[in-house]
Amino acid sequence: MDQKPVMIDVDHVTIRFNLSNQKVDNIKEYFVKLVKRELMFQEFLAVNDVSFQVRQGEAWGLIGTNGSGKSTMLKTISGILKPYKGSVTVNGSVAPLIELGAGFDPELSARENIFLNGCVLGHSEKFMQEHFDEIVDFAEIHKFLDSPLKNYSSGMRARLGFSVATMVKPDILIVDEILSVGDYKFRKKCEARMKELLSGGTTLLYVSHSIDEVKRLCDHALWIDKGVARMQGEAKAVCDAYMEVMKK
Amino acid sequence: MSYSSNQRSNFWKEFWKYKDLLKLLVSRNLKLKYRRSVLGYVWSVLNPLLTMVIMTVVFSTMFSRNIENFPVYLFCGQLLFNFMNQSTHQAIFSITSNAALLKKTYVPKYIFAVSKITSGMVDLLFSLGALVIVMLVTGAPFSWHCLLFPVVIVQLYLFSLGMGLFMAQANVFFRDIQYIYNAVTTAWMYLTPIFYPVEMLPDWLRGIVTHFNPMYFYVTQFRDIVYHGRLPSFDLLLAGTATALGMLAVGFWCFRKSEDKFILYI
Repeated sequence: MDQKPVMIDVDHVTIRFNLSNQKVDNIKEYFVKLVKRELMFQEFLAVNDVSFQVRQGEAWGLIGTNGSGKSTMLKTISGILKPYKGSVTVNGSVAPLIELGAGFDPELSARENIFLNGCVLGHSEKFMQEHFDEIVDFAEIHKFLDSPLKNYSSGMRARLGFSVATMVKPDILIVDEILSVGDYKFRKKCEARMKELLSGGTTLLYVSHSIDEVKRLCDHALWIDKGVARMQGEAKAVCDAYMEVMKK
Repeated sequence: MSYSSNQRSNFWKEFWKYKDLLKLLVSRNLKLKYRRSVLGYVWSVLNPLLTMVIMTVVFSTMFSRNIENFPVYLFCGQLLFNFMNQSTHQAIFSITSNAALLKKTYVPKYIFAVSKITSGMVDLLFSLGALVIVMLVTGAPFSWHCLLFPVVIVQLYLFSLGMGLFMAQANVFFRDIQYIYNAVTTAWMYLTPIFYPVEMLPDWLRGIVTHFNPMYFYVTQFRDIVYHGRLPSFDLLLAGTATALGMLAVGFWCFRKSEDKFILYI
């Protein structure tokens, strides 16, 4: 295992948010507060000094209660947030599925959205052209290809988003509790697709509240509790320890 | 405090990677603008034409003695100013209105502002068709100088780009920017000789306008080329280009400096 290259290196990462009660977003308020010296920065550390290394082909599950910093961690790895302290090094292409179909425009048709979303993920138009049929097949939306996306149900939108993101074999796939909207059949299909990618060498980061799913899909797990890494290691051991605490 | 990833190492590499996204965003902006309208892109020609007719009716009695072929004179100024005005006004919201997307996935953020300005420019190119119609109808002479119009458009595009980037990043932190900018552009419009000759301004104001109003540089160059059928003065060309590059540098620098903080404010 150790000879596999490190794909994601999270090194003592701390992420800070501003928790100030009122958002100062206009100039008048800014100066009033500046003069009154109330421009304080109430800091909140969403993730505090977390380190872990993910090697190629590993599947990591991130578990923890709501608001414990799992999504924040994923956003930092995707490059959306920058760490306040520490560093994140990512080697390879990332397909973040933090929300399915972020980047969809409801006014445009599904056909146009496939291209738009593909380009948001950093693919070229030509590349999308080549994979267009595969995407439509996987999402099973042939009939509605030219109707605007605002008429789609959330499940259909999720299908389309998942197909676009996973059709290309990314080096790293980041999945954040998104599959809960799909029906049973589609979730099975997605799981199969993720397993297929995994066996092809893709690295997976997976957030879910379903411990069973984590156990089934992942070989490693990281338990984050209130921004601090409680435990990391083999998926089964971490999940069991987590459940132990949760049941109390 | 570093984020290193091969996605970010090189600005131009990244820009190249996302060039298709830019193309799609521009075509989306244009498509959605006229979706469900019967005449579609014809509005890009018709709209400025109608405004021009109204303004000609209103102002021609006031200034027609000083200006020959008032419709063409007016139209040259109006087209350029409208492009700058509308595209930067749209660019202001380019970050805040794409908040949902920027929170969920990594995309170079400037691309949204650039797409707004670029679709404005495509719209401007359509509108040039209207200018040709007006010139034909009024019997204005065409000279080969008209073909130089891209020189002016490029300057104005770069200038608007810088302006749009600056406004977009400022609006993330201070939402009042949009209202302030409204007032600024209204004043700016009246201080640009669009429907009056610059000679009408009192001396002190004329000095300010001809030396410090970038729109004056562009409108006057454009009129030299299209309306007077002559080469623009070298001074104006130099001033226009320098201002455009300067504005672009300032806008771009401010944007790059603050873009990592956007996520905390949108």
